[in-house]
Amino acid sequence: MDFQDYKDVWVFIEEKDGVIAPVSLELLGAGRKLADKRGSELAGVLIGENIKHLTSTLFEYGADIVYVYDQPIFKHYRTESFMKALLHCSNKYKPEIILYGATSTGKDLASAVATDLPTGLTADTTELDVEEDTGLLLASRPAFGGNIMATILCKKYRPQMATVRAKVMKALAPVQGRKGTVIEEHIDLAEEDIRTKVLEIVKETTKKVRIDEADIIVAGGKGLGSAEGFQLIHRLAETLGGVVGASRDVVEAGWVAHAHQVGQTGVTVTPKIYFAIGISGAIQHIVGMKNAGLIIAINNDSEAAIFEACHYGIVGDAFEIVPILIEGFKNALTREEVSHVREV
Amino acid sequence: MLHIVACIKQVPDTKIIKMNPKTNTMDRRTAPAILNPYDAHAVEEAVRIRNRYGGTVSVVTMGPPPAVKAIKKCIEIGADEGYLITDRRFAGADTLATSYAVTKAIEKISKTNPVDLIICGKMSIDGDTGQVGPGIARRLDIPPLTSVNKVVEVNQEQGYAIVHRKFEDGHEVVQSTLPCLLSVEKTINEVPYSSFPNMLKAAKYEPHIWSVDDLENVDIKQLGLKGSPTIVSKVWTPSKPEGGTLLEGDAKEQVEQLLSIILEKKELFTVKEES
Amino acid sequence: MSEKFDAIVVGAGPAGISCAHDLAKGGANVLLIERGEYPGSKNVMGGVLYRKMMEDIIPEFYKEAPLERPIVEQRFMMMEKESALTFSYKGLEWGKEPYNNFTVLRAKFDQWFADKAVQQGAILINETVVLECIVEDGKVVGVRTDRPDGEVYADVVVLADGVNSLLAQSLGFHKEYKPNEVALATMEVLKLDKKVIEDRFNLEENQGCTIELFGDATKGIVGTGFLYTNKDTLSLGVGTLLSGLIKHKIKPYELLEYVKNHPMIRPYIQGSEPQEYLAHLIPEGGYNSMGKIVGDGVIVIGDASQLVNAIHREGSNLAMTSGRLAAETVLLAKEAGDFSERRLDHYRVKLLDGFVGQDMKKYKDSTHHFEKFPQYFEQYIPMINRAASQMFTVDGSSKWEKQKKIMKDLGSTKEKMKLARDIYRAWKVVK
Ligand SMILES: Cc1cc2nc3c(=O)[nH]c(=O)nc-3n(C[C@H](O)[C@H](O)[C@H](O)COP(=O)(O)OP(=O)(O)OC[C@H]3O[C@@H](n4cnc5c(N)ncnc54)[C@H](O)[C@@H]3O)c2cc1C
Ligand SMILES: Cc1cc2nc3c(=O)[nH]c(=O)nc-3n(C[C@H](O)[C@H](O)[C@H](O)COP(=O)(O)OP(=O)(O)OC[C@H]3O[C@@H](n4cnc5c(N)ncnc54)[C@H](O)[C@@H]3O)c2cc1C
Ligand SMILES: Nc1ncnc2c1ncn2[C@@H]1O[C@H](COP(=O)(O)O)[C@@H](O)[C@H]1O
Repeated sequence: MDFQDYKDVWVFIEEKDGVIAPVSLELLGAGRKLADKRGSELAGVLIGENIKHLTSTLFEYGADIVYVYDQPIFKHYRTESFMKALLHCSNKYKPEIILYGATSTGKDLASAVATDLPTGLTADTTELDVEEDTGLLLASRPAFGGNIMATILCKKYRPQMATVRAKVMKALAPVQGRKGTVIEEHIDLAEEDIRTKVLEIVKETTKKVRIDEADIIVAGGKGLGSAEGFQLIHRLAETLGGVVGASRDVVEAGWVAHAHQVGQTGVTVTPKIYFAIGISGAIQHIVGMKNAGLIIAINNDSEAAIFEACHYGIVGDAFEIVPILIEGFKNALTREEVSHVREV
Repeated sequence: MLHIVACIKQVPDTKIIKMNPKTNTMDRRTAPAILNPYDAHAVEEAVRIRNRYGGTVSVVTMGPPPAVKAIKKCIEIGADEGYLITDRRFAGADTLATSYAVTKAIEKISKTNPVDLIICGKMSIDGDTGQVGPGIARRLDIPPLTSVNKVVEVNQEQGYAIVHRKFEDGHEVVQSTLPCLLSVEKTINEVPYSSFPNMLKAAKYEPHIWSVDDLENVDIKQLGLKGSPTIVSKVWTPSKPEGGTLLEGDAKEQVEQLLSIILEKKELFTVKEES
Repeated sequence: MSEKFDAIVVGAGPAGISCAHDLAKGGANVLLIERGEYPGSKNVMGGVLYRKMMEDIIPEFYKEAPLERPIVEQRFMMMEKESALTFSYKGLEWGKEPYNNFTVLRAKFDQWFADKAVQQGAILINETVVLECIVEDGKVVGVRTDRPDGEVYADVVVLADGVNSLLAQSLGFHKEYKPNEVALATMEVLKLDKKVIEDRFNLEENQGCTIELFGDATKGIVGTGFLYTNKDTLSLGVGTLLSGLIKHKIKPYELLEYVKNHPMIRPYIQGSEPQEYLAHLIPEGGYNSMGKIVGDGVIVIGDASQLVNAIHREGSNLAMTSGRLAAETVLLAKEAGDFSERRLDHYRVKLLDGFVGQDMKKYKDSTHHFEKFPQYFEQYIPMINRAASQMFTVDGSSKWEKQKKIMKDLGSTKEKMKLARDIYRAWKVVK
């Protein structure tokens, strides 16, 4: 394998119903840094049906090149068809690095591609860097339940691949009118060649909690004592117009659904304000919320680790503090004549 | 009769791993080895499918000799047979080398009883990648179906399976040819408390144990550390954040200060026009 | 109906494992049921394992068992608030084969021991709780577990389910213990560097030390404390009669905290990290509290039959011996095809004739004695400390004067008489 032949940083662009997944834009941001450091180009790989119009967005977010596979057979994501396209592209243009969002689709595709190439694949990366002169990708991820971080290298194979968690990298501010090169590609693939068929797509109608999109998160932990105690969190969230977050222990205790879990095995969130109430601040929780704009911790143990991860902390009993906070907030709002309190 | 293979792994119980806060090292002694929790669901799903259509459930794992315990756990859940491949030459495998070795074991199992369906867990709690399942599927050249949270039908006669694959805001119903490989979500089923007869069977059960030499057509270079493209170069403990300001005064005063801090972000608390 | 066994042993502690081991070795088809995740996972013991009784079951076990340290020194500490009188015996002969006893961590040791029983052919089932004995026509014929299809049958059921033995209780073999028949022990396993342990306790590698604590360790409540050296951990615990805790309105963990912070103990454990916290009951009623231990198709062994020598903090050894004798009895019964109470009574007879029974009888009054006369713990230990302090403080007064002072401290003639009587009484119950 001649490493000289491999250049450029690629991002697999995840698209659904004509919408680019936010993580793909974040990866363009991260990939841009790597490409600049290597003095190489940043490319997106876009696979789907009727998706050409999306390329302009990708350029605005930092891509220099977009490889496009626009064929009816790519209407739905399927491992086999997408993998074939990506393998085709990779074998033809030989990237040095390919990044995927660590979503179910990204992981599925990356695992299959890595096996066929074959090459190494680092999962759930949270930090990325590259060695300027060798192009060696330094992909770091939490290991052993998040208690430690490990940097994973792939020295002997190209391309180097990693899936990267959503919300940990930053998308660049889009530059209106930024242009790049579109390279249209095509593979001969008949429907009969694909062994899986999507029979139906079922959208869940019930509104899902999307804590990763919230501006205000009020998260509660085991310190609330019980499902009843946890109602306090709901009350504060309601008052502030935020959504409820939770530690894993709370979710495991069944006080709220898993969709509310913040942290390594839950969701990574970046709200403007994050309340951590009765949460001890285990590393696995912190990694999921440390990038919030303003972190406020309430805990009755002044030694709790959460106080090291917050901007402001109150040492006290949640059952004393929070009700005062709820009252105080309501009063403050009327005082300041903020009329349209968000209805929840 | 269906032959279903579940791939399982024995893992340290990361929930129990305690960190020594002073030295920031792991106290591994406190972490007992358990059956990867996701794989318990894989085995349970295999057992349910067998109970519905008839057939055999085999479990296979690559791991050190104590992994026999994890296999026994699967027998408790209801598996019929267990295979452990264990050899020093497997040691240090990353996902690529793991999928290679497990594939070789499945190929051998297939020789006596062809495999129709392979089921993996979503991920292992120590490897934590979810890559091994799709890897095995690619090596066997069968379709991988990840994020499966329901098995609707397995039709051996006509050679297809229908499953639900879950995603963020719903699921898709997918049909695949058999054999295929499923990676299942935890939500796919609940693993019930095993029956006493199963416990007895497990206590007495002795799994098949194979070394590299018992497998066929093995390229030694693709095993273990040698066959692993990824290497761990550095391990460190994440740096601690510096810590914030603790508010002072009694509860009322603290809340007052807090309010003035959050109300600086007043724009968050007003309605954006309803659309 | 699931298959029938020759014997079912309930509880994989030292008693149950010993019994299952010897039964299997004797060719019986035996099922061992444990509710913990694995044998030892739920067990608590300060950690002294006696070599002799273990060797009766597995000769030369010390060559492979996971042991912590062979004990070469035993210290006894009479504690006051800011003083302690310690005496000790250290013998290097205990550091070599065949050894005297060892510190062990039960989680490791019991697993190993149970593996030995399994190797002999015993079938071990973990994570399964036996809910009750199945009784037909007044005979125990099997057990019912908490699992689906959970009934299982056998000729004999051996109850080795530990101190509470709800199973023996439900058979009407004994009543619920009174607070003055059980001690509540709490202990912590403290992690400490191996070298530091060896320095602090003046040990070489592969040498261990035990310290038994009396007096202020239990704030004067009837009971004892202990501090044992493991490889790279210490076991520190206190055990007091439940009645004492109730009377003094003190919570068990508070007592443990108190000991940890005691100026006589703190230096030993400084810098250590708590690794495990455990609490457990110890039956201390002794011989007088023993209930019925044999019935038709059933035998009770170990702590379940109140076999603990409270004075010498022994238990596992009695448990093992009782397990061994029960196995012997069941094998004989199997040969005879008779599992009646009369036949199984062989076990009771052998037990009471042997050292177990002898010891149990000998110390039968000890716990009750100390509980009845709290002055031993409340007054005499402080007194001894004062005496020692007097004697050893160099302040210019002659030893004669010191002795006089000490005698005065012992109180009036009448009080001295009482002291003498108490000492004699204590001597009689423990000698
Ligand atoms: C592989 C792995 C993945 C994990 N993933 C996640 C994850 O994604 N998300 C996650 O959150 N955790 C995760 N964890 C678990 C994590 O390690 C912690 O166990 C968990 O976050 C602790 O939850 P907690 O803070 O609610 O509970 P605890 O640690 O029990 O903390 C409760 C806190 O409440 C305080 N408190 C008690 N009473 C009051 C009161 N009246 N008022 C105020 N404060 C009070 C206490 O002082 C304490 O600090 C993971 C662990 C592992 C091993
Ligand atoms: C703090 C402390 C320190 C001690 N120190 C020493 C010492 O240094 N040396 C010494 O020799 N002894 C010591 N002992 C006493 C010793 O631990 C016991 O005497 C010994 O463990 C008794 O063994 P056993 O097998 O009868 O009971 P246990 O060891 O209690 O075992 C009973 C087993 O039965 C299981 N079980 C219970 N109920 C059920 C059920 N319904 N179904 C299935 N399984 C069940 C339990 O999980 C347990 O594993 C100490 C005790 C304590 C508490
Ligand atoms: N050593 C192994 N032996 C057998 N199956 C494995 C092994 N490691 C992982 N698997 C399977 O692959 C799944 C994903 O594991 P991982 O890629 O390590 O997250 C697991 O849930 C198992 O089903």
